[in-house]
Amino acid sequence: MMTKSKQYAGKALIYLFLALLLALSIVPFYLVIVNATHSSFDIVTRLNLLPGKSVADNYATMQSHVNIWRGFANSLLIAVPYTAFTGYFGALTAFGFAKYRFRGKKILFALVLFSMMIPAQVGIIGFYQLNLKLHLLNSYLPFILPGIANATAVFFLRGIIAQSIPDSMLEAARLEGCSEIGTFNRIVLPCVMPGVATMCIFNFVASWNNYMGPLIIMSDSKMYTLPVMIAAIKGLYLSNYGAMYLAIAISVVPIIVVYSIFSRYIINGLTAGAEK
Amino acid sequence: METAHRRKRRMDRGVWGYLFVLPFFVVFLIFGLYPILYTLFLSFYKWDGLAPASAVGLQNFARLVTDKTFYLSVFNTFRIWVVNFIPQMLSALLLSAIFTFNKIRGMKFFRAAYYLPNLITAASVGLLFNLFFNGDKSLVNHILVALNIPGAPFSFFNSGAFTSGLVSYIQWWMWFGYTTVIIMAGITAVDTAVYDAALVDGATKWQTYCRITLPLIRPTLIYMTITSIIGGMQLFDVPATLTNTAGDPRKATLTTAMYLYNQGFKSHNYGYAAVISVGLLLIIALLSALAFMAMQRKGGAYDD
Repeated sequence: MMTKSKQYAGKALIYLFLALLLALSIVPFYLVIVNATHSSFDIVTRLNLLPGKSVADNYATMQSHVNIWRGFANSLLIAVPYTAFTGYFGALTAFGFAKYRFRGKKILFALVLFSMMIPAQVGIIGFYQLNLKLHLLNSYLPFILPGIANATAVFFLRGIIAQSIPDSMLEAARLEGCSEIGTFNRIVLPCVMPGVATMCIFNFVASWNNYMGPLIIMSDSKMYTLPVMIAAIKGLYLSNYGAMYLAIAISVVPIIVVYSIFSRYIINGLTAGAEK
Repeated sequence: METAHRRKRRMDRGVWGYLFVLPFFVVFLIFGLYPILYTLFLSFYKWDGLAPASAVGLQNFARLVTDKTFYLSVFNTFRIWVVNFIPQMLSALLLSAIFTFNKIRGMKFFRAAYYLPNLITAASVGLLFNLFFNGDKSLVNHILVALNIPGAPFSFFNSGAFTSGLVSYIQWWMWFGYTTVIIMAGITAVDTAVYDAALVDGATKWQTYCRITLPLIRPTLIYMTITSIIGGMQLFDVPATLTNTAGDPRKATLTTAMYLYNQGFKSHNYGYAAVISVGLLLIIALLSALAFMAMQRKGGAYDD
């Protein structure tokens, strides 16, 4: 039998381990934010653990090299419509697969599943050539339109629609004279909105963080998304560390704020996705 | 008459089914399938992005199989993956065991915090760690000097082994929380009656976890491993922003995706970049198949 003190020691050890991992996960972000408030001189000469007073100077230096808000806006102008497309068309395609019978449905759905397994970067050369031909270099569209064909959203939402929308509900809507697309827009979509929202969070994050795609398509610096801009900053002014830390902080803090509000929802979504 | 009528209505509705899935497939053909098929096509051509492509037969393939840099990039990518994946799985299994068998106060908070790095832009993460480690006056060197560590400050990025290890660490840091959440979801899906029975039979928690839980969540573990291979072998963002796309120092962190990017978008050898893509696709397929077979067979011992 374990003695009480041994049990406590075991428990203390577990909490120590958990606290260590917690520190590893959070401290880097704290250090970025702290360093963003110090001058380059402070950063080079000593270790800074508390906030400083140079945010405004760092901000001025940063903005004199790149307009970070332009990158922010470009990222939003891509991520918002992309995410809306994955939600709407993901649910629509899922509805088609879940509630209609048509020839070749099994093969088409297998194709959806198969497309989830394709490594994205394998097609990057063809993707560049395609957008060159379509005159879509330096355009938002190459990153917005693919939202219509998001296989993960279709797979995830098909399960939800099949489970939570009874056929009788659709029959009732038809008897009321509702068209098929009207039934989808007014009945099915609102019913599966929680699932759509979950899917949308992850798709938004994926779009927001996408680096390699915009890196090859956006050659005009006015079209740089935030990740491309952040990566380009390194070459622009290696000497001003405060400004670089500030740029990283600006790209990181919004995600941390949103996550600290919705973390329970996001983790639940992840768990639900894993059980599918 | 009645049934014929109903069948006709069902067929009519089937048309709606086609219409609803149509946008997906149109966009998939253009933005999903075409780029891959065109990449395959281009692997038989020489193309600089401007002049018309010229057919070169299997020349690109012949060059690929003797290209030392290609093999080096595959080795680098695989090394980064293995060195990150094994600790990632072990820490996630340990954490999920801790969270399953102990009442941990603040469990959800810990788990949510561990998952945070996964959401952060990988390009920002690469630059962040660059600032922490790069140069004698970097943050980490300040800490090491303050602690009187012999040899500090270090020129971290002069060491290929260190830089490669740092990429693995960053990948571990970004993914162990995610893996923990997914494994815990797998464990929750298992009927708890199975555990209770084992515990009643006198098995320790540890035995229960190793002998009962792990075999039962094998599908989850296989899924995690294969998606990790697919993602890990395409690694680009972190090493490219931690050092540069050349994979400094001395190509120690040059991954296959970086090599593909350099050949295509820096040197404008799109045909050769296309053949690297094909090579990468084959390697990912091979590794995934090997992992799948190994894990299926390994599990066989537990089955009756």
